[in-house]
Amino acid sequence: MILMQGKGVSKGVANGPIYFFQRPDTTISDAPAADIEAEKQRIAAAQKKSVDQLNTLADKAREDAGDETAILFETHAMFVEDEDYVECMMNALEEKHCTAEKAVEIAGEEFAAMLAAMDDPYMQGRAADIKDVTRRILNNLMGITEGGIDSEAPVILAADDLAPSETLQLDKSKILGFITQGGSGNGHTAILARTMGIPAICGLGEALKAEYTGRKVYIDGETGQAAIEPDDITLASFQTKQEEQQKMKELMETMKGQEDVTLDGREMMVYCNIGSPEDVAAVQSNDGQGIGLFRSEFLYLAADDYPSEEEQFKAYKDVAAAMNGKRVVIRTLDIGADKQVDYFEMHKEENPALGVRAIRICLNRPEVFRTQLRALYRASAYGKIAIMFPMITSVWEVKECKRACQKVMAELEAEGIPFRKDTELGIMIETPASVLVAEELAREVDFFSVGTNDLTQYTLACDRQANDLGKFFDPHHPAVLRALKLAADAAHKAGIWIGICGELGADLTLLETFLAIGIDELSVSPASVLPLRAAIRKSIAKTCTLEMLKS
Amino acid sequence: MKEFTYTITDPLGIHARPAGLLAKTAKGFSDTVVTVTKDGNTVKASQLMKLMGLGVKQGNTITVAAEGPAEDEAIAAMQKFFEENL
Repeated sequence: MILMQGKGVSKGVANGPIYFFQRPDTTISDAPAADIEAEKQRIAAAQKKSVDQLNTLADKAREDAGDETAILFETHAMFVEDEDYVECMMNALEEKHCTAEKAVEIAGEEFAAMLAAMDDPYMQGRAADIKDVTRRILNNLMGITEGGIDSEAPVILAADDLAPSETLQLDKSKILGFITQGGSGNGHTAILARTMGIPAICGLGEALKAEYTGRKVYIDGETGQAAIEPDDITLASFQTKQEEQQKMKELMETMKGQEDVTLDGREMMVYCNIGSPEDVAAVQSNDGQGIGLFRSEFLYLAADDYPSEEEQFKAYKDVAAAMNGKRVVIRTLDIGADKQVDYFEMHKEENPALGVRAIRICLNRPEVFRTQLRALYRASAYGKIAIMFPMITSVWEVKECKRACQKVMAELEAEGIPFRKDTELGIMIETPASVLVAEELAREVDFFSVGTNDLTQYTLACDRQANDLGKFFDPHHPAVLRALKLAADAAHKAGIWIGICGELGADLTLLETFLAIGIDELSVSPASVLPLRAAIRKSIAKTCTLEMLKS
Repeated sequence: MKEFTYTITDPLGIHARPAGLLAKTAKGFSDTVVTVTKDGNTVKASQLMKLMGLGVKQGNTITVAAEGPAEDEAIAAMQKFFEENL
């Protein structure tokens, strides 16, 4: 038996073969090719493989998603064989004596640039199609597996640590759990695992070795234990837990369709946090009453250039429409700090958590902000969208955000594009400054939502990414809980609602404190909705006390 | 040679989806070449990327031409295609 101990960051027990994440080498060499004819054949083979893949995808899409999606894949297949595009590759081979990879890259760049140079935003957006097709041919040339997991059966995904852009590209249906050498409970792998409702262990360190690939492992996301070839006693304890987990799951099923209300009639809005439109399925299957935090970063992290208004509009609209009139709180871009995007060309900062991030980027770059706001307001016509601004510290920032919204609404009105004028505007409470001026802030907005990870980080001066702060990073610290109460009192005085969209919302040991403080909404990962509902339905709000706010 | 002019009514113009369908439809007539012209730039309907590169938008007027043994059928099919899709 090989026993490894890390930090459990997403609850649950799972077992399966370890698959060590391969970071693909995507560098394309400028070196000349030895045999141009051989390179031509490599391109032809990669083209054929790409067309086959796309036709398979089109067939599958026709069954699952309908004609629209299928036609898109078929069009991509036609792109692969487009005569001018292929001629461009062949010319590059002949003239530059380069490798097949380089030739494909050159052709892709040339045609993407042609579309990107046009004055029509829709056509500029289509450059993404060319890039997508080019990427597919390159992947096939270089033997890179799409979705990152080259295995038919689902696996326990192992890695040193996963970057947000990497987790976005993973084929989630093939992942049973995560184990990583680095990372922390507030890292993105942990957040993704909790959204997916699968176990994750981080901080396993050197004990987790790449050579374990293929070996069967049992993992427990609560205790942080991972065991390869467990002995009988360990195996039995894992299996008992797995059975309990299954029973609990069945019990939780009975919570579906029930109201989120305490025994004495206090209602709580139980919403979900999501990171991409595909997470909506999990919200629905767990009976979330709305979306309290839709992180818009996926649009920025998954791209290699600023996402267009059209792309963003589609993503927001899809989620708003799928939620069918239930509230969807979308947070404007929260780039910076631990989420870096190359094309933003940010200066390197010594202390990025205190640097130019989130709303500060938006207010510094009105064009980036405007594109996102236009997409959000356009999507507001298709459901109940609320817009939320992150990292607020001052009243003037909120006023400036509101002016930007007014401007966008005036534009849309002039263009005759439908939108909802009464779209709610809210802010994240995640800095001590915002807590201290909460009364003034509350008069400006329709709601507050507390980001407890950042509020803890900034209140306690503890880096949320650091693994070794341990007991010092304490979200139960009375200072954090009192900050929550100050913000809640300010919100209620102004007649607006306040929610929590940080990880703390799902912490059942704090539920009574939240009820006592008067929190109106808890937004948690979809897998936490039903356990939270069960706990709320057993609570009595009027007997809850503020005991935990005392030191 | 047969041709007609057409003013695009689709709000998105000739974007990826109709361009793909257009190229597919145009390929159906052997030895007959179908072209699309906008502002003096002419591309074959089968040249998907260049077709998109024309940047045909709502309100633009384009000329569609067919030349070859099946030009009558081709132009009729194109006329129908544009009216239904663009």
